[in-house]
Amino acid sequence: MRRRSLIAIGDLDRAEVARILRVANRFAEVMQRDIKKVPTLRGRTIVNLFFEPSTRTSTSFELAGKRLSADVVNVKASGSSIEKGESLKDTVLTLSSYAPDVLVIRHSSAGACEIASRHTDAAVVNAGDGKHEHPTQTLLDLYTVEREMGPLDGLHVAFVGDVAHSRVARSGIQGFAMMGAKVRLVGPPTLIPRDAEEALGVTTSTDVRDIADADVIYVLRMQQERMGEGALVPSLREYAATYGISHDRLRPGQRVMHAGPINRGVEISGRLADDPATLIERQAANGMVVRMAVLYDLLAAPQSAAEAAAELGAVAV
Amino acid sequence: MGPRLFQRPGPAANLVLRGARLLDPAAGIDEVRDLVVRDGVIGGDARGLDEVDAAGMVVLPGLVDPHVHLRTPGREWTEDVASGSRAAAAGGFTAILAMPNTQPVVDNSAVLGALIDIASRDAVIPVGFYAAITVGQKGQVLTEQAELAAMGAVGFSDDGRPVASAAVMRRALQYQRLADRPLVLHEEDPTLVAGGCAHEGAMASRLGLGGMPSIAESVAVARDAALAEYEDASIHICHVAAAETVEEIRRAKARGIRITAEVTPHHLVLTDATLEELDPRRHKMNPPLREESDRQVLIAALADGTLDCVATDHAPHDADEKDMPFEEAPFGVIGLETAFAACFTHLVKPGHLDLPTLVLRMSTAPATALGLTAPTLADGAQADLALVDLEAVATVVETGFQSKSRNSAFLGEALAGRVMLTIAGGQVAWRAG
Repeated sequence: MRRRSLIAIGDLDRAEVARILRVANRFAEVMQRDIKKVPTLRGRTIVNLFFEPSTRTSTSFELAGKRLSADVVNVKASGSSIEKGESLKDTVLTLSSYAPDVLVIRHSSAGACEIASRHTDAAVVNAGDGKHEHPTQTLLDLYTVEREMGPLDGLHVAFVGDVAHSRVARSGIQGFAMMGAKVRLVGPPTLIPRDAEEALGVTTSTDVRDIADADVIYVLRMQQERMGEGALVPSLREYAATYGISHDRLRPGQRVMHAGPINRGVEISGRLADDPATLIERQAANGMVVRMAVLYDLLAAPQSAAEAAAELGAVAV
Repeated sequence: MGPRLFQRPGPAANLVLRGARLLDPAAGIDEVRDLVVRDGVIGGDARGLDEVDAAGMVVLPGLVDPHVHLRTPGREWTEDVASGSRAAAAGGFTAILAMPNTQPVVDNSAVLGALIDIASRDAVIPVGFYAAITVGQKGQVLTEQAELAAMGAVGFSDDGRPVASAAVMRRALQYQRLADRPLVLHEEDPTLVAGGCAHEGAMASRLGLGGMPSIAESVAVARDAALAEYEDASIHICHVAAAETVEEIRRAKARGIRITAEVTPHHLVLTDATLEELDPRRHKMNPPLREESDRQVLIAALADGTLDCVATDHAPHDADEKDMPFEEAPFGVIGLETAFAACFTHLVKPGHLDLPTLVLRMSTAPATALGLTAPTLADGAQADLALVDLEAVATVVETGFQSKSRNSAFLGEALAGRVMLTIAGGQVAWRAG
């Protein structure tokens, strides 16, 4: 049987997002205990297939699976047959022969998860594909903001910087908007995608002062590795001076997010990155419980509402 | 000597088509009557000939495709001259012109000579070959165009790799006085499309796909139209996809520049709204599918003749090549077997274009644009014709192709207009089973 997949944040509706965030809350309680492991996914197999480097996403997915008692296998491009030129299709076919329940995939190209899901019966979870989407990052971002700041509905969120190359922004914009937040993109004209207003239902600005009315400032990493030839900004120095976020550009009460890894002194000042008042550390910490909730939702979630209520109570048992 | 097409020898067609509507707008023919083909030539005595009941069907002058890829030499497992010409015949084509971006590139007389031999042995319809504008399509040194033209090359093109240097393009246009063949131009400023795989617009922005802006096409056309005017040369613009490009061509034609242009069925029928599926097999091609507003401009320009003709840019790829993430898969879709049906279903049936205009744009006009003899149903002409059942609707399925490849943009679609019989170069080239 083919399972549900999570490839784009738009694969979920508002109620499903809310459900996943509620389950994540339950798992957060479990994580306060001495024994941080539940038997929920015992006997299930999760393969983490990472074609691109990752620290946060790969670690938190691995821990999430293990805390749910699933068998977790990690496959990285380096050291695997991918280095010998094996195609994505063949890698997925090979791994699928072990009958995994979930394939978590990180890949440098948009559309990798669509191809993978064509060749496996496992649920495919997109852990970032090119510049396309990173839905579990968005779920943990939504979880973090809701937990720290309250309801998402009506919140103002400004994504600042390299929107063009950011899958975090692309999923995040749609996720925050889905939950009722207002989203604005602020950045240099060369890094704001064409027709962004129409494409993503946002407002855009090239003036960093336009973050003033935002409740959340989501700082995006300058992705120099994806820019190819032809600099999209004249220099990181000018970028930092024009768009870099530091304490001077914030007003009291604004909360700062960053998905990491951080370029200190480029998109965010080192002092701000280290300020415990930002949500950055919370984002990293919340990644695991939210990914637990995603795996639970794909593999163990009950179908009916009544079952759901009973099961949700049982999660922590 | 003019451009030459090559076909395998075979028996001349002898048959009579009973009761079809004959439609050849260029010859002023639109009437229901029998059509005789005797010894491969139209007209003559019907007595003793095999009869084909064609009542309710329409006979068209054979379709001409000025832009196909036959993948020979080098990638024969995706297409070869036999399979590609069979696919063309099944689509009602009676002449196709193959692009030279093969492996090796058709950039010298030895490769062109080998292709001529292959076509003379394997092609079920007449096939012509372009040679490259520059050696290896590298955009630097001109090919030996006088010799290649004398062998029968139908024109010169670096299709797939536009000539980046204006100076090299200018030299090629000057040299046209010697070679006397059109330069057939894939227009794209390579610096503007670097890293792109989809039309730059709202859809690509939402999906995070690298953009290929419309202006990449139009600035290249503007440059080459200016060069062609300066050198009084003639150019043919491949696969126009953007409204901005249509505007450049319209302006150039108004100035009297010798410029013709083609548009593909997929750009006339589909838009970047399809990209959401991230299915490169059906929807990744270059130029990319653009927006609905572009599509409307393309249809209007085909109707008013700013775009002279339809070309398929038939680009076979095997299943494995296309079974890759959208960003990594190669560009291109096949088109020969669906071209007429897609245009008939999506342009003629809804009333965007009338049938006679579509026939002109798929038969007479492409032949004229590339300097070929145009197919006609007039008495005494070599039989190059297609018998089409406009009422027959068929779903495009993977197993239904004569082509070796299945990367069609129209897979799964129900299309009206089935080619029942094709006579090409006076020989029966296709008969629906």
